[in-house]
Order: sequence, then C-alpha cells, then structure tokens
Amino acid sequence: MPVKVPVYLDNMRATKVDPLVIEEMVKYMQEIYAAPGGEFGHSMEEEATEALEKARQKIAWKIGAKPEEIIFTSGRVESNNLAIKGVALASGKKGKVLSSKIEESSVLRSLERLGKIGFDPKLVPVDSEGFVRQDKLEEILSGAILGSIQFINPEIGTIQDLKAIGDIFEEKGVIFHSDASWGFCKVKIDVRKINVDLLTLSSGLIHGPKGVGALYIKEGTKLQPLLDGSPREFGLRPGMEDVPSIVGFAKAVELITEEDIARMRKLRDKLMDLLLEIPDTKLNGPRGDRRVCNNVNVSFFGVEGETILLKASMRGLLVNTASACYSRELLPSHVILAIGGSFEQSHGSVTLGLSKWTTEQEIFYAKDVLEEIVKEMRSISPLYRRS
Amino acid sequence: MEMGEDVKKLWKRIGYTEKVIDHFMHPRNVGEMKDADVSSTVGSVACGDMIKIFLKIDESDRIQNISFLSYGCASNIATTSVMTEMVKGKTLEEAKKLTFKEIIEELGGLPAIKYHCAVLSVAGLRTAIAKYEVKKGRRPLDQDFVMTLLRGVLDPMTGRDIVSMGKVKSVNIRDETIDVVLNMPEENEISKVIKVEILDAFEGLDVSLNVKFRG
Repeated sequence: MPVKVPVYLDNMRATKVDPLVIEEMVKYMQEIYAAPGGEFGHSMEEEATEALEKARQKIAWKIGAKPEEIIFTSGRVESNNLAIKGVALASGKKGKVLSSKIEESSVLRSLERLGKIGFDPKLVPVDSEGFVRQDKLEEILSGAILGSIQFINPEIGTIQDLKAIGDIFEEKGVIFHSDASWGFCKVKIDVRKINVDLLTLSSGLIHGPKGVGALYIKEGTKLQPLLDGSPREFGLRPGMEDVPSIVGFAKAVELITEEDIARMRKLRDKLMDLLLEIPDTKLNGPRGDRRVCNNVNVSFFGVEGETILLKASMRGLLVNTASACYSRELLPSHVILAIGGSFEQSHGSVTLGLSKWTTEQEIFYAKDVLEEIVKEMRSISPLYRRS
Repeated sequence: MEMGEDVKKLWKRIGYTEKVIDHFMHPRNVGEMKDADVSSTVGSVACGDMIKIFLKIDESDRIQNISFLSYGCASNIATTSVMTEMVKGKTLEEAKKLTFKEIIEELGGLPAIKYHCAVLSVAGLRTAIAKYEVKKGRRPLDQDFVMTLLRGVLDPMTGRDIVSMGKVKSVNIRDETIDVVLNMPEENEISKVIKVEILDAFEGLDVSLNVKFRG
C-alpha cells in the first residue's frame, strides 16, 4: 500500500490537533461561550469558569503543581517573555540574566531587550551534544537574578538536566525559569522534585490548539505583569481567557499516553538508524534517554537544506531545516554552531519531528525520499566532490 | 513528478516563479566538464551558497560550452542554470555584459532576499572569463584581476563579498607570487573558511598564492 501523503514530520514546530480535542473545544464555542468570571456570575459564566478551573487543575497536576500556580497565556512565546521580563522587572535591581547559547529566539530576544535597559545578559556554552556546561554556568553565577534554560532543544532534542541546573541556581538564590514546551507530556517533570521557579508549557506541540500556553509560577515568586488590564489570572495576565483553547489544551494533556511516547521513541531510533545509512550523514544531538522521544536531526554533508526541504515537499515529505537560506535572517543555525558544528553541517541539517500518529511506513518513506534527494544534489555539488 | 496545486501554492508563497521552479527541478547544463578550458568557484560554504562554473571557448572566442555545479538553495541553482542558457553561444565580450538584473528578469522575478544568488551567478561567469583571459595572456595578472577574483569570495557573516566588506587589506604581486593580506585574525573559524575559498578562487592558475592575516 502506498504511503499517504503528506507525510508530516514537522512536529517539533506544530502538531495536528487531536479530533477528540476539537470535539471538546466546539462545545465551548457553541454552547458555553460566556466570559469566565468572578464569584458571582450568571449560569453560563459559572460553567465557563468551572471549565477553565478544571483545565487549570489538570495541567497543574500533570507537573505536580497547585492549580493556583498555573496561569494561562497566548502560548510559549508570551510565557517566556512574561517569565523572563516579569522576574527581571520585579527584582528591583539590575543584575545578570543568564541563559544558554542554544535557546529559542523568544528567550534570546527577551534577554537582549533586558540588556538594552541595563541588565547584563550572559549566555552559557553547551557541549557537543547540546548539554549546558554546568562548570561554565557556575563561573558566571554571581550577581545573577534569573537563569532561563530550556528543558528540551527543539532542533537537536537534547534533554537538559533540570534537577542539576536547578540545584546550581538554588544555591545562589537565582530564580530559575525553563521553557519546557517541547518536553511537556513527553518527558516526566515534577516541579516538587526540581528547583524550578517558572516553567513554560505549550499546547500546540502536543496535539492541542495553537495560540494557548501556560506558565507555572511557583508560589511566592515575584513577577511584574507585562500587560495591563483587568485582574485576570491572579493579576498577572489580563484579557479574557480563551476558554475553548484552554479546555482543548487540557484535553490534549490527558490524551498523550506512555504507549505513545514509547512508540515514538522506537520509531525515532529506527529513523535515526535509517538516515545514518546514507553516507556522510551525521547525527546532531544525543541518543537514547537523553534525547526527546520525537526528535531526529541529521546533517547531510555537501547538500544545502532549503533544497532538501523543497524537493522533499514536492514528494509530500514535510520536514524542517536550519539552513541559512531558509531562515528569514539568512543565518546558519545558532544551535549547530554552538555544539561545535561547521557551517556546512548547519546548512545541511534537517529536523524531523515525529508525532503520536507517525507510522513505520512513513519513517521508511522519509528515508527513501531523503536518500534520493541527497544523492541527486550531491551529484551536482562542487563541495561533495571535493571532500 | 508533476507538481500538485498545493506545491505550486507553496512556491508562490516563497515567491518563486514557475520558471525558477522549472530550472531548479530540471537544471540545464549541469555537471562537471572534463575538457573545460577554465573553471571558477565562487561563493562560500559558510553561507551555504557556492557554484563552480566550467567554460569551453572556441577559436572565435565564443562560449562553445558551459556547465556548473551548485551547493546552494533553489534560487542558486535556478539563477545559475538560466545564466548558462543566456550566455551559451555568446562571445566573451557579450557574456561579460550580462548583469544580475537580466538574470532576474529572465526568470520572471526573484524574491528580493534571493537577489544575491543572481549576483553570485554573474560573479562566477565573470571570474571564469577573467581567468581564461589571464591564462591566454590577454590580460595582465594584476591588482585589478586579483580583486575581481576576490569579489567572488563571500564573508559568511554577511553574505557579501570580502572586497566590499573591507576585509582585503592589501594585495601584492611579484612575478607569479601573490600575497593577499586580510583584515582579520587568523585563528577563527571564519578566517579558515575564507582562506580555503580564496585558494579555490585561484585554482587552475599558475601562481603561488599566500593568504595572510592582520587582525
């Protein structure tokens, strides 16, 4: 049986919304559409509030938090901005704000913004698999207000040791934020067991709707809101809660199972092995339990990523690349360069993200398509002949 | 494989015309030319944008054959492919006059962010012709020539050529020895990449080339 196209392997960026999630959401658009409110609302308002609080509870429990430690936002980027800028602005002093060299842009740009108003942003290097160099982190700790280190790297799948990093920050009284978007529901996380003060959670990467996310804020953490308005979400985030999306988000959290994760991990390893059969191909990032269950990233030497992406797209295989040509800034991947990769390794890197619905047949299709494209493009590459 | 409607939409969104796609999917005059009179490599591995041009010139100074290799994106392939079609059969003097704007026009347009690909195609052609003229003794191996070749070498951090970026501090030519001195520290990654690319640019010329750094 031929594979059904498109074969969507761009799940590190966005996922298909689960039909069961949509079903749940529709109810809150068609039947219970009132604004969730305060203590004395009309009947529909009460129902909306109940749904909102139930969702908050489900998400809190998933990470071992209390419901009042979760606020809803418009997604990962807002949660990151609020955590980083909110803590810095509430601290009342201008100190160091720390992060790693392989963070995603909303974290890096937030730090840059703080740098412009007197804070001192510092980025800690990572090793060749993308793990934060804890020795280097300790060297720059003194005088730091906040550290923001992602849980999972979306490009190369590295799972940071949040426990160890949290302990380092805790010892010096540095507030610790982590963007856990790519790990939420895929890698177990319990905020009672790690010293983390703020955690970004996202819905769009776990088959929930886009445009909604959450921020875990440990009780007692001081935060200045970025937006002014009505005192919703414990006074930290004004604007009416998007009840349908929030309900969908919570449903998505419920639906991911241990079996899904185990299956993804197996297929991930299969895909990795298949792609590494292609000559002059290098795996970027770690293997095994230290890599998120649904990420594969390889570099094909002598070939440029945008070309791979477009040719693959024509055959119904949808992947992502960190090639400079494909980025809006025309810059090579800061992640591949930070792990010590060459420019060529960066331009030829392809990220494949699996979902709970990815099949073995799709994995084989991906390999066949990529192998053919790489062979074809290498035959006309001046670089590949040279090496 | 025939393109589906959804794929065509994707291309339109990126801003590629059907002609660009056609040249990307079916590049003309592609491949290494064994009996070439001259070849020229321009661009940068670091930028992810590199081409090698091969020329075969006949007795009446016409481009009898032209081919190319490409390491780059769709528009790198498409602009170079269409360029080879535009100059095949032309005299060297005619070919020298080709501009990057004419390539873009010929393709029916290109996203502005990809204009540099057309610029690189022209640089490849011009440096190949310049090298041919030097090899034939019709043009002196002088400062002007060396700068022409250096204009085909790109600075990875900006994607612009190292001459206009002010990276070339000086060029000294004594007989067949050329010293190129760059305004950069020697020990960084980018310098290493640029050095390799300068050596590539002079490939096939009977000169001894020294790349030095003063950063």
